[in-house]
Amino acid sequence: MAKTHVTMKVNGAEVEGLVEPRTLLVHFIRENLQLTGTHIGCETTHCGACTIDIDGMSVKSCTMFAVQADGSDIITVEGMANADGTLSALQEGFRMMHGLQCGFCTPGMIVRAHRLLKENPSPSEPEIRMGISGNICRCTGYQNIVKAIQYAAAKINGVEFQEAAE
Amino acid sequence: MIPGSFNYHRPASVADAVKLLVNLGEDARPLAGGHSLVPMMKLRLATPAHLIDLHGITALKGISRDGGNVVIGAMTTQHDLLASEEIARSAPILHETALLIADPQVRYRGTIGGNVANGDPGNDMPALMMTLGATYRLEGPGGVRDVAAADFYQGAYFTALEPGEILTSVSFPAPATGHGCAYEKLKRKVGDYATAAAAVVLTMASGKVATCSIGLTNVHETPLLATDAAKAVIGTSLDAASLKKAAAAASAIMAPAADARGPVEYRKHVGGIMVTRALQRAASVAK
Repeated sequence: MAKTHVTMKVNGAEVEGLVEPRTLLVHFIRENLQLTGTHIGCETTHCGACTIDIDGMSVKSCTMFAVQADGSDIITVEGMANADGTLSALQEGFRMMHGLQCGFCTPGMIVRAHRLLKENPSPSEPEIRMGISGNICRCTGYQNIVKAIQYAAAKINGVEFQEAAE
Repeated sequence: MIPGSFNYHRPASVADAVKLLVNLGEDARPLAGGHSLVPMMKLRLATPAHLIDLHGITALKGISRDGGNVVIGAMTTQHDLLASEEIARSAPILHETALLIADPQVRYRGTIGGNVANGDPGNDMPALMMTLGATYRLEGPGGVRDVAAADFYQGAYFTALEPGEILTSVSFPAPATGHGCAYEKLKRKVGDYATAAAAVVLTMASGKVATCSIGLTNVHETPLLATDAAKAVIGTSLDAASLKKAAAAASAIMAPAADARGPVEYRKHVGGIMVTRALQRAASVAK
């Protein structure tokens, strides 16, 4: 099958590659670009581990072809840190609130939460839970992931994070 | 899981897409959001030789008002619907329903055209479109034709679409000012297809139902319009007896499959309950 030349911006850098039409975007990101932070979980569009941010949308990169991303602007978990290399508010939130155990879902959770907070900087707890409903975690029971996102929202909004009483 | 090989086409106009579909024949499939087709391709349950990606056709995206009609381009995503003030104002039931489809990531990609054209009985928009009295615009080698949503669905994954045709937009008359609406969907978890779901659009006058339309999702091989159930409540104040009659009339036309979502009797039973709840909630928000 003839390969197609694609170019896109990934974490601020212009990248290019030759792909078969059937190459899934997640495979292009992991194998061609060697950015293995984006995980492959279920491969059936359920788990959200492969979530990336593309042109301002959270998308499961296992359910899109790399050719479809030609010309797009992508952010993966590798592009989440602050410009000076320090942890972003979300990354810090996951660390401080113990928002991960095995860590497999974490890249997808952080990238999804990034877009959620861009669209809704002060989400309620139910809004956070619905906002990450396309991301499955089998370890945490979500409690600390929700807290991590609340922590990040508070930090971004410049207010002190108050952990809800349990 | 990697799909089989295929050739990728990205036409810039509906005319070009139709031409490709006609020339490439039945080995070609149009690609909308891809959240039904791509998983099927990864499982090799679908092995199209050609994919015709509709994302390059800007004319297929957008929400507009044409007199009393709301017109939605086929490539408008569920996320676009949720962000639309026009939809919030004139047909809030679309917001409610779109929010119950899959999850945020899927809604960024999933389109209304794909949802209604695929013919999957589990999809939520088809029954809603029937409830709203929607019309689908189909464009093909023979030109343009409009088909009522109520006439579109022939069986599971079988629709009125002819070879070479693409569904390009849906349109429906904006429901009357002051109407009440509700979409009640029973599902096992977020992101699931309905065990049973009911859409209701109604108007009230002096405490009684003046007009009413009811649609049903995933309780038959096609979406259903529950006409007798709607008739059973028109002129009533939705008293317990009328609600019971409507639920029974709706259940009578259901023929769900027995699957992981439950046995036939259960799904019919909860289907009736969805109708009751949707009627009550729609009436409570009608003005």
